[in-house]
Amino acid sequence: MIEIIDLSKRYGNFTALNSLNLQIEKGSVFGFVGQNGAGKSTTFSILATLLAPTSGTAYINGYNIQKEPKMVRRQLGYMPDFFGVYDQLKAIEYLHFYGASYGIPLAEREKLIPQLLDLVNLAHKKDSYVDLLSRGMKQRLCLARSLIHDPEVLILDEPASGLDPRARVEMREILKELKNMGKTILISSHILPELAEMCDTIGIIDQGKLVAEGSVTEIQAQLKGERLIIVKTYRDIEKGVSFFEDDPNVSKLKIGDEEQTLRFVYKGSDQEQSVLLKKAIINDIAITSFSEIETDLEDVFMEITKGVELS
Amino acid sequence: MKNFVINPVLNKEFKLRFRSFKSFLGILFYLLALGLIIVGFVFIESLSNTTGFFKPDQSRTIFIMLSFLQLALILFITPGLTAGVISSERERQTLNILLTTTQSSASIVLSKLISSLSYLLLLIVASLPLYSFVFLFGGISPGQVLITISFYMFTMLVFGSLGVLFSTLIRKTIVSMVTTYGVTLFLAGGTAFLTIIFMQFANRYGYSATPSTNPLPYFTAMLNPAIILFSTFEPDFIRELTTNTGIKFPLWISYLISYTVIFIAAILLSIKKLRPNMKKG
Repeated sequence: MIEIIDLSKRYGNFTALNSLNLQIEKGSVFGFVGQNGAGKSTTFSILATLLAPTSGTAYINGYNIQKEPKMVRRQLGYMPDFFGVYDQLKAIEYLHFYGASYGIPLAEREKLIPQLLDLVNLAHKKDSYVDLLSRGMKQRLCLARSLIHDPEVLILDEPASGLDPRARVEMREILKELKNMGKTILISSHILPELAEMCDTIGIIDQGKLVAEGSVTEIQAQLKGERLIIVKTYRDIEKGVSFFEDDPNVSKLKIGDEEQTLRFVYKGSDQEQSVLLKKAIINDIAITSFSEIETDLEDVFMEITKGVELS
Repeated sequence: MKNFVINPVLNKEFKLRFRSFKSFLGILFYLLALGLIIVGFVFIESLSNTTGFFKPDQSRTIFIMLSFLQLALILFITPGLTAGVISSERERQTLNILLTTTQSSASIVLSKLISSLSYLLLLIVASLPLYSFVFLFGGISPGQVLITISFYMFTMLVFGSLGVLFSTLIRKTIVSMVTTYGVTLFLAGGTAFLTIIFMQFANRYGYSATPSTNPLPYFTAMLNPAIILFSTFEPDFIRELTTNTGIKFPLWISYLISYTVIFIAAILLSIKKLRPNMKKG
């Protein structure tokens, strides 16, 4: 479990993190979404005991990051957004090194490391030098490294960044497996639809502040005040245009790119939307399809962060 | 103690350092250069000598020359080996990961220091057979050799700890290197220069019915490794310094004390500064 209380980080006049409050339950996957410089990596660095907060604090599995940093490190597997590797160290030696750094005895490491390499699909690369591995392989190896001491909490900063589509899919599959293993995962990513698929909850951070938090559906519902509707007809599209234009809840109406299609923004309730459809059919608008475009997480993110910038 | 001996950072550093072929080439060229100097010196001395023999006092000269050569090597190489141990990890972006492990800061700092100095120690140990040349001709006692080797190891540790300190405090390796070389230059050259200047002052203004003393040269001399090494060969030099400064406390003990303090302070500060103080933002 991760608990963040009023966490702030300032560098002179610049506020990187502004009174962040967050609670992530045990075994859940929390997606941290935000633009570059929004404060994601700062939060992660503070949680990983690499950076001292200016004010506020945080707990990892009940251990305070400021008072019990060593216990926090034991609970935590951390994968930074940018990381380097040691030249002339083989993949298996790399894992042995970090395993030993956590005080895991050799006999235990001998059993554990092949399992971890299997988990991240790198068993065949165990004797390859780390600096010769591809970026995707290095990312997976780093993930295996962060799991070496069997931490309950994982903090993964952009684990899929810079990966090709295939490597992203592989990374996503591994993360799903970790989720099934019951790990508490805090993950940041720019690949928002992937986060939506994996995360129980997401938080949107902007200018060091958490501007939205909840399940993907909850956050999408926050935007339900306005929805984009597409209507397809098989004839008389102009009749449809004049009918929908008259409704006070309809705005930004335009004929779509496809033939006999029109689209508009609707701000009425679900009930009003149902009445509108009923009226359209009664008025002999030749509707073949009336649908609402599903807002994906990317739209939500763009919409919410746009709002923050404006305010 | 067991944890320290099987320390993962130490093991990894040994593996990385000694896996590289360049390390062995370095040893080869160092020994070749040292060998050439010794053989060349013996050859030239034998030629210039009417008897054609190499005398024990010449053997002593070659030992002193080799000792200063090794000291120069230590003072030149130690900053290069140690001033990047932490900052280079930071630049390579491997330090963050290392710091999130449960290894203590003390273990990381000491392992880094020992592993980086191990190469230099290997160079010195590898050169010991060449030193044994000197024994063929006499003039030097085994005790003198032991004292010199111990002095090297101690000096290496202290200058190495300064390198580790600057590497911890300064983010960029190049700046850390320049700072460490600067401090080394001051301790090895600057203090010698100041000692000479202060002694000149003492000589110029010190002649009166009651000889006046100036303690300053003592304090600069006690920080200079070359003067300390020289004093182990030429005790008369120390007598002059004692007369001029009026301080009778053995100079080498002052060196040991002051450099031990520098070593402890540098290591403690490195350990303290390696990780952020989580209680202070």
